[in-house]
Amino acid sequence: MRSKALAVMLAALVMLAVLPARGTAAEPIRIGAIFSVTGPAAFLGEPERNTAKMLEEDLNKAGGLLGRKVEVVVYDDETDATKAVTAVDRLIKRDRVAAVVGPSTTGSTLAIIPKVEEARIPLVSCAAAKRIGDPVKKWVFKTPQNDELAVKKIYAYAQKAGVTKLALVTASDAFGAAGREELKALAGQYGLSIVADEVFGPKDTDMTAQLTKIKGTEAQAVIVWGTNPGPAVIARNRVQLGIKTPLYMSHGVASPKFIELAGPENAEGILLPAGRLIAEEQVPAGHPQKKILAAYIKDYEARFKQPVSTFGGYAYDAIQLIAQAIRNTRSAEPTAIRDGLERIRGFWATTGEYNFSAEDHAGLTEEAFVMVRITKGAWEILK
Amino acid sequence: MSFVAQLLQYVITGATVGATYGLAGLGFTVIFNATEVINFAQGEFVMLGGMLAVFALRWGGLPLPVAVLGSVLLVSGVGVAVDRLTIRPLRGRSVISLIIVTIGVSILLRGGAMLVFGKDTFALPPFSSGTPIAVGGAAMLPQSLWVGGVTLLTLLLMKLYFDRTLLGKAMLACACDRKAAALMGISVDGMVTLSFALSALVGALGGVILAPITLTSYDVGILLGLKGFAACALGGLGNPFGAVAGGVILGVLESLAAGLLSSGYKDAVAFVILLLLLFLRPAGLFGGRRVERV
Amino acid sequence: MLPLREHTHLLGLGLFALGLAVLPFLLGNEYYLTVLIVGGLNAILTLGLCLLMGYAGQVSLGHAAFYGLAAYTSGILTATWRWPVPAGMAAGIALVLAVASLIAVPTLRLKGHYLAMGTLGFGLIVYIVFNEATALTGGPSGFTGIPKLSVAGWRPASDRDTYYLVWAAALLLFLGAQNLVRSRLGRALRAIHASETAAASLGVDTQRYKTAVFVLSAGYAAVAGVLYAHYVTFVSPGSFSFHASVQLVTMVVLGGMGSLWGAVAGALFLTVLPEALRAVEDYDILIYGALLILCMMFLPGGLAEGAQRAARWVRALRRTPQEEAAP
Repeated sequence: MRSKALAVMLAALVMLAVLPARGTAAEPIRIGAIFSVTGPAAFLGEPERNTAKMLEEDLNKAGGLLGRKVEVVVYDDETDATKAVTAVDRLIKRDRVAAVVGPSTTGSTLAIIPKVEEARIPLVSCAAAKRIGDPVKKWVFKTPQNDELAVKKIYAYAQKAGVTKLALVTASDAFGAAGREELKALAGQYGLSIVADEVFGPKDTDMTAQLTKIKGTEAQAVIVWGTNPGPAVIARNRVQLGIKTPLYMSHGVASPKFIELAGPENAEGILLPAGRLIAEEQVPAGHPQKKILAAYIKDYEARFKQPVSTFGGYAYDAIQLIAQAIRNTRSAEPTAIRDGLERIRGFWATTGEYNFSAEDHAGLTEEAFVMVRITKGAWEILK
Repeated sequence: MSFVAQLLQYVITGATVGATYGLAGLGFTVIFNATEVINFAQGEFVMLGGMLAVFALRWGGLPLPVAVLGSVLLVSGVGVAVDRLTIRPLRGRSVISLIIVTIGVSILLRGGAMLVFGKDTFALPPFSSGTPIAVGGAAMLPQSLWVGGVTLLTLLLMKLYFDRTLLGKAMLACACDRKAAALMGISVDGMVTLSFALSALVGALGGVILAPITLTSYDVGILLGLKGFAACALGGLGNPFGAVAGGVILGVLESLAAGLLSSGYKDAVAFVILLLLLFLRPAGLFGGRRVERV
Repeated sequence: MLPLREHTHLLGLGLFALGLAVLPFLLGNEYYLTVLIVGGLNAILTLGLCLLMGYAGQVSLGHAAFYGLAAYTSGILTATWRWPVPAGMAAGIALVLAVASLIAVPTLRLKGHYLAMGTLGFGLIVYIVFNEATALTGGPSGFTGIPKLSVAGWRPASDRDTYYLVWAAALLLFLGAQNLVRSRLGRALRAIHASETAAASLGVDTQRYKTAVFVLSAGYAAVAGVLYAHYVTFVSPGSFSFHASVQLVTMVVLGGMGSLWGAVAGALFLTVLPEALRAVEDYDILIYGALLILCMMFLPGGLAEGAQRAARWVRALRRTPQEEAAP
């Protein structure tokens, strides 16, 4: 009996050995991508994956890069940092990619940074936390606006609106925690004091306890920092409890899914910073981003029959930046791509204008944001 | 908002969620009373109740009452299928085998829901619209009234069923002594199937009345099922009234812990209570039936 | 004792070890070593769980908690408090042994479903703590920066080295488990599994033996945990959830609950399977559920029983021509 069980095991092992192996770097240029296509961050990862595949096709239709075909290998980390780590292992060792785009979430990004640094492969993350690019890590870049910029945008607006006392409700994951740090650090500069500091778990389904506590304070505005579904639940709970205090959110909810999940009645009046992509029709004709945004929207919506999302834009920018770096340095070697990325200046894309340097691997300024209000289930850019 | 009002708010929110724990626990109890089996897939019945209603609305465009009732009935059918396909063939097997099979069923149902409906979170419209009702400084959603009403009605009907009807008593007889019940002419297999149907129905009901308040997704079943079991244990396994009461108490305790102590550890409250009960007072607060201790 | 049988089983083990030693040179791509390393860790986990579920007949639906406790403990001690790695690993294992001893006492008084629920509740509480104690554990996003493996002064320089280390540990633990099963403790366990009251009436100290096996199986999980933490250098609560515990149970059930070889086979099979089925990645949860159900219904002894049946069938085939020849 035992020797037969042995045979079974050896068979399993042989199965492995027989599995097809991706050989050493062949003709196509391979760019790896890790997105949270499923799981709570699917609203980030799905448009990012779609955009990545769309760009792969577009680049190849235009003749590829350096005359070679472009291949984008996408893995789903299911919004799980551990799966992101296995995915990056696969990309580096099995698929032998020249660069990695993503992951979609801050947590996954932080988890894979040691791996890409060890393998010396450039990473262009689609996650927001400032800490990804600061302090600057040689091999790590990011495309979304820093949470620091988002906080500044919100605070500037709140200050103008006469707010002095704030309540914070932040998620306990990496994105929420990073946001909370920025919110607390910058409050003083805008004459704001924090009278409540509540936390919720990213998968929690009921935040009435936290909101009840806030209702008992003198907060004149509530700022929620997290990604779906938490903020949507908070938006509902707030109406449930009859709270009328103005609600600000992070750019993490800048997607139609948020409005759908919260319900348009519950999302009415919420204020947040977002990239111009979210309301492209309202962007003036002369603006440098107008053409890029319009083209992206047309291409995406024709192909996927769904409205475009600002998060998909992060992936768009990441891949275009890498493509540009490859064109500039005329090489698809990881080190060359990295150097090429660092030298990019004045590159306009869907999120804003990127200016990288050895000291700045995030590349954007406050200009990449506009303040937006959710009005009747749609986005309204505020002046 | 005064402290008393805050407490009141916690109690209201907690009791509302607790009613669903209670209904899930009621489902556990019904199956246990008929078969002495703890059905690990119970939580998935609760999940399916909410999810199927959501998609009946989305894909079928059905009016809300039809979607809700249809979903509950459909899940009841799923319960029957689970019994016929997986439980009945394993009649008489060891406890470990049954536990593993029901775990397998729960995974299968959850996986199926994930593939068909996706991993997103979904919202179900409330049964009656309306602004929150003010109750002494706290706010209560109209949906909470629905939750309370449906739960009480279900409890009443269950009590009548087990106490007064022949069918109900026959179910209890099966749990007491299978062979004797069979000798009395009761179709034990039929009773078991019926118990699964009832348990799934009750679970789905719990899921669908709560979905408008807390959102629903394919993986809410695990926690809801476990808390339902904790509710059972709290009330005394085998005691339907105890299960529902246990659920409400659990919900309130959880909510108070979240508000007064730490919102992060809220879920742990139910399990700590469960462990304490299993170790110290397995008969629960209201005393159930026999308890398997060594 | 039985010297002949002793030799055949060691022969089997030796052949397996040889196969493992040679395998890295046959693989087409270094990436598969990663898969096999995880397979080795899973084998250690399932060996421990098999002893508990198969031989002692106790269900545990929260075993991943022990795995995680050891991993986090060693990780935090070595990364945050800069303990040397071997000390951290030892501390991780020691902590898990202590925790297991503590909860064994009340838990093992429960039977059947109550035991299952109790272990499940324990597993979930530990998972919630991993998620919530953010200052200590890094919360839902996990804990990075764990120093790499280092055992008795030696550091694995590559994945291949780690592969040998993990499988050497697995084989050693396998030998240990086999010895246990053949010993007095093993016989006592099987008696308890068959009928606890009968065993007790024969003078077997059931509580003590059950506790010993429970703690031992937790210890196996802890060894896997500390190896995991310093290999991946990153831990997150997601790896130690209820889903992970269920995966372990599936591996043991699939392999055949009463068979140590089966446990290893089950672990390897379910580690390699997702890689081979990468195209249908999303369906893995369905496959686990279906496997559990089908296994329980048609092949309760798992792969081990399947292998036995296949062997008998082959033997039956070989016998028939001879029988026909004989008058």
